Amino acid sequence: MKGSVIIVGAGIIGAACARTLSRRGLDVTIVDAGASAGATSSSGEGNLLVSDKGPGAELELAQHSLRLWRTLAPTLESEIGRDFPSVEFERKGGIVAALDAQQSQALDLFADAQRRAGVDAQRLSADEARYLEPELSPAISSGVYYPEDAQVQPTIAAEAFLASARAAGTRVLVNTVVTGPLIDADGKLAGVVTSSGNLAADDVVVAAGPWAGEVAQVLGGTLSVGPRKGFLLVTSRMPRRIFHKVYDADYVGAVGSDNHDLQTSTVIESTASGTVLIGSSRQNVGFDSGLDVAALRKIAAKAVRLMPFLLETSVIRAYCGFRPFARDHVPVIGPDPAVPGLWYAAGHEGAGIGLAPATAEMLASLMLGESPAVAAAPFAPGRAPLADSLARTT
Amino acid sequence: MKTVLIIGAGPAGLAAAAAAREGGARVVLLDSAEDVGGQYWRHLPATRPARNESLLHHGWSTFRSLRERLEGDELCEIVTWAHVWAIEDRNIHVLVGEPDGTNRDARVYNAAAVVMATGAYDRTLPIPGWELPGVFTAGGAQALAKGERIAVGHRVVVGGAGPFLLPVAESLVVAGSTVVGVYEASHARRLLGTWTTRPWELARTASKVTEMLGYVSNHVRHRIPYVTGRAVTAIQGADRVESVTVSAIDRSWAPIAGTQKTIDVDAVCLGHGFTPRLELPIAAGCRVNARRFIEVDEDQRTSVAGVFAAGEITGIGGVDLALAEGAIAGHVAAGGAASDMQMRQHRVRRRRFRQFAARIESAHGIGENWSKWLTDETIICRCEEVSFGRLNSVAEASQATGLRSLKLLTRAGLGICQGRVCGRSVEELLGAHVPGGRLIDGVSSDRRPIATPIRLGELAQELDNPAHLERTNTK
Repeated sequence: MKGSVIIVGAGIIGAACARTLSRRGLDVTIVDAGASAGATSSSGEGNLLVSDKGPGAELELAQHSLRLWRTLAPTLESEIGRDFPSVEFERKGGIVAALDAQQSQALDLFADAQRRAGVDAQRLSADEARYLEPELSPAISSGVYYPEDAQVQPTIAAEAFLASARAAGTRVLVNTVVTGPLIDADGKLAGVVTSSGNLAADDVVVAAGPWAGEVAQVLGGTLSVGPRKGFLLVTSRMPRRIFHKVYDADYVGAVGSDNHDLQTSTVIESTASGTVLIGSSRQNVGFDSGLDVAALRKIAAKAVRLMPFLLETSVIRAYCGFRPFARDHVPVIGPDPAVPGLWYAAGHEGAGIGLAPATAEMLASLMLGESPAVAAAPFAPGRAPLADSLARTT
Repeated sequence: MKTVLIIGAGPAGLAAAAAAREGGARVVLLDSAEDVGGQYWRHLPATRPARNESLLHHGWSTFRSLRERLEGDELCEIVTWAHVWAIEDRNIHVLVGEPDGTNRDARVYNAAAVVMATGAYDRTLPIPGWELPGVFTAGGAQALAKGERIAVGHRVVVGGAGPFLLPVAESLVVAGSTVVGVYEASHARRLLGTWTTRPWELARTASKVTEMLGYVSNHVRHRIPYVTGRAVTAIQGADRVESVTVSAIDRSWAPIAGTQKTIDVDAVCLGHGFTPRLELPIAAGCRVNARRFIEVDEDQRTSVAGVFAAGEITGIGGVDLALAEGAIAGHVAAGGAASDMQMRQHRVRRRRFRQFAARIESAHGIGENWSKWLTDETIICRCEEVSFGRLNSVAEASQATGLRSLKLLTRAGLGICQGRVCGRSVEELLGAHVPGGRLIDGVSSDRRPIATPIRLGELAQELDNPAHLERTNTK
C-alpha cells in the first residue's frame, strides 16, 4: 500500500527522507518555512563520524549510515547530473589527539570500548600521530586514528538529496509555514494547514531540525527537541596542511553533556576549497543567534593549542547554527506514540549529516511496515529516557 | 562626561566628532586607515606631505580645519589603523595596528553613544575580462592617484555611471595618464532631464554644482571625450588589459547589437555607483530599509538606542550630505537634538543634498538589463573564480532559492573579500532564477559578523589582562 506523505523541513534529514520515500513509490511533498538547506544543514562541518560515539544504538546507526554513504555519494552524483556540484565525499579519517597523560588514559579506554563494538580505532604514539598530521603540537601525548571517519560538504549534500528526491517525484514547497494540523471527519490527522493553504496526506513527517519540537506541538504531538547553539570558524584558503579530521580528546566528553554553559571541543579540518574549518562550541541559549566573542576566543585558543601553525592564519567568517538536540542526545526516528499518522526524524544534534541516509532508510522501513536494518526501538519517540527527561524539564 | 565613539573618519565621521566635541562630549574616533579623511580626502601620509594636495581635493580647506580642530583637542582621541572586527551587543571589538602587523593591540570599547560613519565601497559590475590585471575600480584608481601619486596606466578608459567618474578621470590626468574617454552609461536625455527639472533646488546646492562644473571644465581643458549612453562591455588582453569593447546601450543598459567599438588601452577604471559598508551597523543590530541603507530618523538615530548613522550608509549622497548628517549625528549623540538652533544650517543642507542625491540616483542608477553583456565564461566572483555560466547551471540544477545555500553550492562570495565586490551582483543574478525575481531566505551579502579578517592567534588572545581591555565610560 503506497500513500502520500508530507515532510516538514527541507534540511538534510527531510531531503534524505523525501528521496528514499519517493523512490519507494510514495507521493511526497516537502515543505519548509524558509529556503532549502538554509539553517542547520548549511552551518556545520559535514561530519560523517564514528570516532565521537561510544558503544550503543547511535554508534550502530552511524556505522550503518557510513556504509550507506560510501555507495550513496557516487550514486547521488549520477542521479542529479553533471551540472550539480560534487558533494565532496572524502574518507579522510579522523585523528583524536590527547594533550596529557590523563587524557591519553581516558581516550584509550574509550577507544578500547569502541573497538569491541566494531570501530576501527588504532592507537597512535605521539610520534605516529605527528607522522600522520605533521602540524599537530609537539605537546600531544598520544592519539587514536579512526580511518572510517569521513566528510561531505553538508549544504551540497542536502541539496543533492533534495534534487534526487525531486527527480523521483517529490514536490518541494519553500517559504511555506506549517500553522496547524489538517484533521479529517474522524478527528484523525490528515495533513497540514500551511501559510499557502491546506495540504492533505496520509502521513506527516516532522524533520524540522531544531524547530522539530515546535512543529510537533503545532501538529498536536509531543517531541522534546530544541536548539543547541554552535559557532564554527572558517579561515582563508591555504595550501593543504591538514589531512584528516583532527580533534582534541575533549570532544567525546562534550557531546553527551547536559551542562548548559559554554563548552568547546576542538575539531579542525581542511575542505576541498582550501579553507580550514575550526569548531566548535555548544551552548543551550535558545534561538539567540547573536555573536559571542567569548565562544570564538575559546574555540581559537583550543585550536592553536592543538595546531600551533594556525596562530598566523586569518579567520574570514564565522558560522552560527543550531543543532537539533534531543534531551537524551539520541535521534528520534519513528511514530508519535499518541497521534496516528505523525512521524519524527529529528534530534540528530551534530550528527545529522552523517546519520541522514540511515535515518531515511529506518523511517521508510517503519512507515512501510518492514523490519529496519538497525533496531529502531532505541530511537522511538515514546522511549522511556526521552519521556523521563521531558517530565523533568517541563 | 559622556563619550561618543565614532567609527569612520571620513567627512561624516569627522563632522560628527567636531559636533560631539562642540556639544561637550568626549570623543573617540576610530578609522581603519593610516590617517583620517576617508576615501574622499585620501591623501599622501604625513611623512610624505605634498604641497599641492588642495588641487586634488575638493573642499580640502574644510578637511584641514576639521582635522586641525580635532587633532589639537585632548578630549578627542583619534585612533587610526583601528580595525573593528566584531560588534557584540554594545561591545565594539577593535584591533589596532597595521593590517599585516604582528602586534596589533586588542581593545574593547563600550560607549553610551556610537556614531556609525563607515562610508561606501565603489561598486563594479562584472564585465567579461574584468579579472585581468590593469582593471581598477574607479575608487581604487583614484586612491592610487590621490594617496600614492601613482597613475594606473598610460592610456586609460573610465567607464560606468555617475558624477564620480569625472573626478576620477581628473585625478588620473593629474597623476599623468592619458584618459582616452569617459563612458557614462546613462543617456544624455536622462541626464539633461535630471539636471534641468526643478532648477531652483539645484541653485541651493551651488557648491556641488561648482564642483561638477570644475570637473567638466577640466574635461574640456584636457580634451577628454565624455560620451553618454555607452558602456565598457568587454575587456580583452592576454596577460593584462590590451583593449576594451565599448557598446551603445539602451535605457535598461542592454548592449545594442552592432555598436561595438574596440579601443586600445592599458588600463580600465570602472565605477557603477556605490555599495554602503553595512556590516558594522548590521552587527550592531541597526535596521536596514527597503533601499538597503541604514534607517535613520530626523536625529540620525538608528533603530538601536544610542547608535547613530551618518553619511553614505544612510544613502549615497556625497560629501556635503555626509558633513551635514555627521554634524547632526554627533550633536545628538552628545546629548542635543536635531531641532536645536545651531543645527539649522545642517538641517537645511541635509534636505537640499538629499534631493541632490535623489537626482543622481534617478540619473545614474544601474539598469536592470546590465547582465546582457555577460557571457557564460565571465567571472562573477573573482576570489573563488565562479563564472556566470556556473552560477546559472547550479541554480537551475539545484532549484535552490536561498542565498545561503546557493553561495555554498556555487562558492560565489565565499572568498577572502566575503562578497564585498560581487555580493550584490551575485544576489541579483541568482535571484533571476527564482519565481518573483528575488531569493527568498532574506539572507544578505552585507551581513558579515566577522567584519574584517582576524588572525587566529589574535582571537585566541586572552583579554583578561586589563592593559588590553580599554573601556570608554558608559553614562
